[in-house]
Amino acid sequence: MFTNRARGRALAGATIATLTVFSLAACGNKSDDGGPSAATSSCVDTSGDTIKLGFLNSTSGAMSISEQTVRDSLGLAMEEINADGGILGKQIEAVEEDGASDPAIFAEKMEKLLTGDCVAAVFGGWTSASRKAMLPVVEANNGLLFYPVQYEGLEASENIYYTGATTNQQIIPAMDFLASEGVETLFLAGSDYVFPRTANKIIKQYAAELGIEIVGEEYVPLDDDDWTTQVAKIVKAKPDFVFNTINGSSNVGFIKAYYEQGLTAETTPIISVSIAEEEAPAMGHSVTGQYAAWNYFQSVDTPANAAFIEAFQSKYGANRPTSDPMEAAYTSLYLYKAIVEKAGSFDVDEVNAASDGVSFEAPEGTVTIDGDNHHIAKTALIGQINEDNQFDVVWSSETPIEPDPFLEGYAWWDPAAE
Amino acid sequence: MDAFTTPFLAGTATGALLLIAALGLTLTFGQMGVINMAHGEFLMVGAYTAYVTQQVVTSVDLSILVALPVAFLVAGSLGLLLEATVISFMYRRPLDTLLVTVGVSLVLQQLAKDVFGAQGDPVQAPGWLVGTIPVFGYNWPYRQIFTVALALSSLACLAALLRYSAFGRRIRATVQNRDLAETLGIATRRVDRLTFFIGSGLAGIGGVAVSLISGTNPGLGRTYIISAFLVVVAGGLGQLKGTVIAAFTVGIATAFFADWTSASMAQVATFALVVVFLQLRPQGLFTVRTRGLA
Amino acid sequence: MTSRTKVRDTRLRGYAPLVAIALLAVLLLVVAPATLSQFRLNSLGKYLCWAIAAVGIGLAWGRGGMLVMGQGVFFGLGGYAMAMHLKLEAAGPGGVPDFMVLYGDGTMPAFWEPFRSGPFTLAAIVLLPAAVATALGWLIFKRKVKGAYFAILTQAMAVVFATLLIATIKETGGFNGLNQFTTFFGYNLYDPVNKQMVYSIAAGALIGCLVVAWQLYRSRFGELLVATRDAEERVRFLGHDPANIKLVAFVVAAVMASIGGALFAPIAGIISPSDVDATASIFLIAGVALGGRALLLGPALGAITVGFGRTYLSEQFPTQWTYFLGLLFVLVILLLPRGVGDLPRALRAGLRGRSA
Repeated sequence: MFTNRARGRALAGATIATLTVFSLAACGNKSDDGGPSAATSSCVDTSGDTIKLGFLNSTSGAMSISEQTVRDSLGLAMEEINADGGILGKQIEAVEEDGASDPAIFAEKMEKLLTGDCVAAVFGGWTSASRKAMLPVVEANNGLLFYPVQYEGLEASENIYYTGATTNQQIIPAMDFLASEGVETLFLAGSDYVFPRTANKIIKQYAAELGIEIVGEEYVPLDDDDWTTQVAKIVKAKPDFVFNTINGSSNVGFIKAYYEQGLTAETTPIISVSIAEEEAPAMGHSVTGQYAAWNYFQSVDTPANAAFIEAFQSKYGANRPTSDPMEAAYTSLYLYKAIVEKAGSFDVDEVNAASDGVSFEAPEGTVTIDGDNHHIAKTALIGQINEDNQFDVVWSSETPIEPDPFLEGYAWWDPAAE
Repeated sequence: MDAFTTPFLAGTATGALLLIAALGLTLTFGQMGVINMAHGEFLMVGAYTAYVTQQVVTSVDLSILVALPVAFLVAGSLGLLLEATVISFMYRRPLDTLLVTVGVSLVLQQLAKDVFGAQGDPVQAPGWLVGTIPVFGYNWPYRQIFTVALALSSLACLAALLRYSAFGRRIRATVQNRDLAETLGIATRRVDRLTFFIGSGLAGIGGVAVSLISGTNPGLGRTYIISAFLVVVAGGLGQLKGTVIAAFTVGIATAFFADWTSASMAQVATFALVVVFLQLRPQGLFTVRTRGLA
Repeated sequence: MTSRTKVRDTRLRGYAPLVAIALLAVLLLVVAPATLSQFRLNSLGKYLCWAIAAVGIGLAWGRGGMLVMGQGVFFGLGGYAMAMHLKLEAAGPGGVPDFMVLYGDGTMPAFWEPFRSGPFTLAAIVLLPAAVATALGWLIFKRKVKGAYFAILTQAMAVVFATLLIATIKETGGFNGLNQFTTFFGYNLYDPVNKQMVYSIAAGALIGCLVVAWQLYRSRFGELLVATRDAEERVRFLGHDPANIKLVAFVVAAVMASIGGALFAPIAGIISPSDVDATASIFLIAGVALGGRALLLGPALGAITVGFGRTYLSEQFPTQWTYFLGLLFVLVILLLPRGVGDLPRALRAGLRGRSA
């Protein structure tokens, strides 16, 4: 097809390109040890009356509605703290960035916040993908990230504080609740991605320990809402309970199919880990009587919560519900303030040295930081959805549960088992 | 027995949805050579219409029936608007219409997000659609039967329109030979507009059916549109008969694959099936022989 | 046409693109590193990766008429191949990537093993997409599937690819993708000097791809490709098989996308399904359409512009940005189907038309 001349030229071109690439490759700096050890020194400016913090949430894309609620409660916490004198006497100046629901963008914006804007700490992230993407960046720059959402655990970074639940504060208590209800058979329904797969791995191992039989396990792709055939399998399997790890809007399709097939909260109740006050009204069918496992409900009766709800609704509207991730984000900013003031410094290493044992009277109750794994001790709650789409607390761990992201304190846990 | 009936019947219902979506696509392509990537967003518009209708007509049993013609009109009018403002400038440039409508679909999705929020507004299924009927071990939901009936009646109406009405004759004439049709005094441009109106309106009806399955969210169209396009490709662009067979085949095959493997793998298998099928019949099941397509 | 001045004129004009490429090279390799901060240079590096893929799209679509709407797949093949190697580098000799321990049983699928080898990975980045594109292209082009059919099939391919990645958590990291790399062929990725090196490689690769594209456009093959785009049947009657011509362009485009993806992984520090799905593929197309699909530099410059817009405009106008992108599609295709890069020519032609 080529003439000889053309082939010669194409070859010449390719050779030039290859040579360019390899000559450039020679200008790198080869060192034996890889990884984030080559951290640059911090550029955070603590001389003025203000301190810059980064708020990194998706305000566009598929996750924007969920993450906007977190952004709102961060804004509220900032306003309150500033009105109260700020952190170490410095007013917070927020640098807001959009993660655009895209992990690569989260990584890029994190780099910008830490190296360009020189913020002292970043608050945000929602999906595990976004957190995993930010992790190497925040470690490499020795920055700080406060991550406010419950997640699948199995992670602990020196540079991240996890203010949502890890699995032993949400999944495992939910299983304890099911065991206390006398559940013998369980059906697992989840979206086909990391969190449900990991959660179900833990659930299956713990179920074996508790003597609960898993009678079915179904996954549907993230953007697929049609649960009809999977729910038909639930009808066949007749489980005592369904453990729901479905993500986001796919829940609507699940609940619709559920009612259509004649399943109800009385006959086959569901326990969910991603349906909260925000989502419950959007299910298309009444979800009254179904359960959810969280660490915070709007109905939690503490003075701190009453104040939080009032402040939030007077700032953003009386019809706005409050939910677990929002509360965890609100709490994260207060926790940061508490650690910094204990350390007397914004320096990351000094903050980390001071963090162990710092506690805060959060809306959900008292929370305390574990300095070893940077998670926080939280009380686990099981709520039952009532007529007003609020949650009545029906079960509680009573005391805060120490975080154990790697489930080291659970003898039945074998990460290598299938 | 239910190892067969469950995927078969559930797949038939999926196929019915794909059929409604694909009918409009294949119609506008056959008539005007337009590949409408925003067709999925017309589904979304139909679903939101069902939601809004439910806010106005509060009787749940009635509102879905009201929503069907309303969604047809709303989505159809939107299609008409799109045709007049954008598409009419690029007839017979199928690849360009494809790209332009990608842009339109982005705008419509963001518009829906700004107007309604991304959380998903629920459409309550009417009481007479809640429930199931046991068919050889599968509890076939009334809603799925309704979807199949809706698809088949849409098909029947469309086929009758094309076959027996004067308007249908004009469409067929334009599809077969536009220049000759014009010579015979057919106002092909007006025929084009009406075709686009009907094609988009059908998507609106499909959207009402989708709103019964899932939440009404801005990304709703994307879930179905890729499969609908595969149906159109496999069925032969511009072909009713091929589209019907392809829609049910894709729907049922996907359901069986999902049953044997997983819902994710089923997508992969269905795509492979269509590629392999195109080896056997590169222009789809049935082909218009009068002129080359695209 | 045969006068001597005319011949010299065209020959001179023939080398004008090379001058433009050289200018771009100076801009990217000398000016940008000297003026941009580390962070911005890294962002630019990402856009360059998209630009590399865009050069391939320009070849397949602009010159070959094949609207490739699923280039994210090839971008992903290269990106994941490189990311697998980087993960294995991070895991150390005999080590297993961290996520396999977290989400699986800690054993590594056999297909990962060869990616421990750097040379194998580099070969795979070129050969894997070439093989996939050849197989797929052969199936599609030999059966004369073209036009809209082809575009739809490639888009469906991108959707399927992303679904497959999300579902294979233990093999590919699923929705989270692959990240937490430490070194790039032994070079610490966190060292600013090495970051600049990776950026320079991306810039060099883009220049290289542009030179290759320029050579192809000038060659007999380039002429045949354009001829196939404009009149496939006539090319067939002249004794050429259009399927082969299109296949070569499709494969070259796939390899370019793969190289872009392979460099994207170390620069962005992550590759995940959202970098390779249908939406990501549409972003690539948007850049090419904007810049001018049939021009030499148009696709690359368009992709850089869209990448820039994605970062900076989305900061300023998080929601309006989507409207902007949508309208960009509509306006460019409607008013300037050959892209903004074609504006000077269109204006000249317009003026000439008026004066004549």
